Amino acid sequence: MSIDRRQFLAVGGAVAASAALAPGLRLVALAEARDPDQAVTSLQRWGILVDTTRCAEGCSACVTACNKENGLEQNVRLDIRPQWIRTVTLRDEQTGYVQTLPMMCQHCEEPPCADVCPTGASFRRADGIVLVDRHICIGCRYCMMACPYKARSFVDENLTDQRANVPRGKGTVEACTMCVHRVDEGRIPACVEACNYDGGKAMTFGDMKDPASEIAKRLATEQSEEIRPDLNLDTGVRYQGL
Amino acid sequence: MKLKLGAWITAIVVVAAFFAAAYALSGGPSEPVPSPLTGVYLGKGTKCVAPVAVMRRYHMQFLLHQRNLTVHEGIRTKRFLLTNCVDCHADPKTNSVLGKHGFCASCHEYAAVQIDCFSCHSPHPERVTAASVMTLAPEHSRLAEMVKATALAQIQSDPVDGPK
Amino acid sequence: MKSIDFREIEGRSLGYYALLAFFGVLVLAGLFAGYYMYTKGHRVTGMNNQIVWGIPHVFAVFMIVSASGALNVASIASVFGRAMYKPLARLSGLLAISLLIGGLTVLVLDLGKPDRLIVAMTTYNFKSIFAWNIFLYTGFIVVVAVYLWTMMERRMNKHTKSAGMFAFIWRLTLTTGTGSIFGFLIAREAYDSALLAPMFIIMSFSFGLAIFILYTMSVYALTGRPLGDAILRRLKNLLGVFVAAVLYFVAVYHLTNLYMTAHHAFEKFILLDGGVYTGLFWIGQVLIGSIIPLVILFHPRVDGSSRRMIALAAALVLVGAFCQIYVIIIGGEAFPLIIFPGKIVSSSFFDGAIGHYRPSLPEITLGLAGVALALGLPTFAIKVLPYLPASLADADVDPHHESAVKATEAAHA
Repeated sequence: MSIDRRQFLAVGGAVAASAALAPGLRLVALAEARDPDQAVTSLQRWGILVDTTRCAEGCSACVTACNKENGLEQNVRLDIRPQWIRTVTLRDEQTGYVQTLPMMCQHCEEPPCADVCPTGASFRRADGIVLVDRHICIGCRYCMMACPYKARSFVDENLTDQRANVPRGKGTVEACTMCVHRVDEGRIPACVEACNYDGGKAMTFGDMKDPASEIAKRLATEQSEEIRPDLNLDTGVRYQGL
Repeated sequence: MKLKLGAWITAIVVVAAFFAAAYALSGGPSEPVPSPLTGVYLGKGTKCVAPVAVMRRYHMQFLLHQRNLTVHEGIRTKRFLLTNCVDCHADPKTNSVLGKHGFCASCHEYAAVQIDCFSCHSPHPERVTAASVMTLAPEHSRLAEMVKATALAQIQSDPVDGPK
Repeated sequence: MKSIDFREIEGRSLGYYALLAFFGVLVLAGLFAGYYMYTKGHRVTGMNNQIVWGIPHVFAVFMIVSASGALNVASIASVFGRAMYKPLARLSGLLAISLLIGGLTVLVLDLGKPDRLIVAMTTYNFKSIFAWNIFLYTGFIVVVAVYLWTMMERRMNKHTKSAGMFAFIWRLTLTTGTGSIFGFLIAREAYDSALLAPMFIIMSFSFGLAIFILYTMSVYALTGRPLGDAILRRLKNLLGVFVAAVLYFVAVYHLTNLYMTAHHAFEKFILLDGGVYTGLFWIGQVLIGSIIPLVILFHPRVDGSSRRMIALAAALVLVGAFCQIYVIIIGGEAFPLIIFPGKIVSSSFFDGAIGHYRPSLPEITLGLAGVALALGLPTFAIKVLPYLPASLADADVDPHHESAVKATEAAHA
């Protein structure tokens, strides 16, 4: 027995909606489903807010969800494995304080990767999501050198089991897409979803330019910061508790 | 070119001998070249998103135009999305548009036009079953349980079209 | 001064054909290696997500930087009007073009998708220095080809000076562009310096001249044509000056870095505990590549003018050059990105950890193929066209030779 994708989407949407109402579960900021015939505009800016105090040591719900959602192969050595999101453990040199946080493409407003790409394959979409157009990526890896957050991976072998909505191929560079295929359907990134169901509920996703969204309200009223603020990149991913 | 007459004659004789040998060794006229569409599953339903003649000539232009719209502007009009093509045209036996009787591969191999699409794009339609929900969602996850339960309820209550 | 007699080499000996065949085999091996890397993916190389640019890029940058430096000799003749370098100008232009072609070949074959070269040549993001470099590199070949034409076509000789000036400015822009590939990367400790562009220019002077000296000496020795001491003395003194200048730039670069507390970790890595990178820096780059050549070329006790010593010095400069670029590119990548200043970082993506890299056979083969192409092309070209003066003996090229000979004879009389 099988259902096709359209029906699954309807089911998924119903689940997400019911999740918002089910008791004990955190209200996740849902992206409004956009008309697929319309282009994205800069009236929206997608962002993620991470509360690192809620990021538990040893939890990797976001990483597992991202790997599953995007079909990232796991059976390779760590140094060549694609990692779109990773948990980073920090220990303060002076005080010894330890914390963990998830690290992925920061979706900068002024991305250095887009500046250095010779063909313009690395680019920032109008709504803030930084992507690699794999149709024109020539695989020079200059963006990987330029990224201050080491967010990008390089596909170095033939792939066969790609997810239908996440095309990936040999010889191109890739990074977290903020689950653009989900966001465009009105859903939220897999990492945020998993964190809110199985993790420490540390991540919030939403439209930073919508004053009614949870993320905008929290960014306006609570302390938050970018990683490497000295670089002035105006990232779309913000952190609390650093 | 300035060459002696003898050199010219030798050259012409050698070339002519080459072609004569090739014809002789080829075993004469061979069978007509088979149509690339023999044995190929054409697709679900009766009509494509555009007339067949139009699609035959312009499908690459549609796809190339669409890919820029989708990637750079987020426009996902279903009509010319590659995933939409794959959903309809994938052979239910192999679940793919590639392979010997694959819809895309058979014509492209016949015409000897190499395509790069499927080095990145999946040639399989992603059909969701109750089992695949569990593999796609995180292990031991409350989310997965919820989705699975809801999906199963949906499947049991709805009449479903099986694959053709 | 006598007019220079440029003549093609005879090029019919077994040794000549064997040499061309040797270069040809290396180039074929490199093409095969490039194809292998393309079809199997970069999994077959030593490059990974931490060290994304490896040995091919070291070779490519080395050749591209040397290409612009190899043109220096011609520039000194045409732009600065030094008559004694004029006979060498054609060979200088030829080497410049072939070195650039060699470097570009390695770079293109290492791309993840070299079949998309057409895309790279038609779709541009002009904020990227790489995009500019595509124009600068291909334009360099055209500009130097035109420059060579003005030198080799008698009616165009009156345009040689302007063509030479144009080529000179172009190659300075090109080398600045190459240095800026790294200098524009604000995120990496190793490259966060405005010094990189001028340092690359001075490196190009030194490396290009070393290759030019070695190539000229080899060709003249192998073809039996006379090569006088006057020219060699000028070239070796120039090389010594450039080597010293590079050493100066390297010193300033590191001293400036040492002054900044933020960069101390990186400096410690390169200068003290970076393992292979520290060794390559001190022994390869500084000792073998700079200090020993300077001693050979300028120490009063050493016969710096003997052919053997000049060749040795040039060869050591090239060894040091390779080490220097290896340290810059791969050492700069191996040092972990500082994403969280003041914290000790660890993750599955090697944050905070030194990157590990071991060159693989396909990469080395590809790099060597580029060198073979860079050396093989001029070796073939000098048989086909008159690039090489029939004689570079002192009597033929030194404008002061006759008066010097007369003065010596008068002194002995």
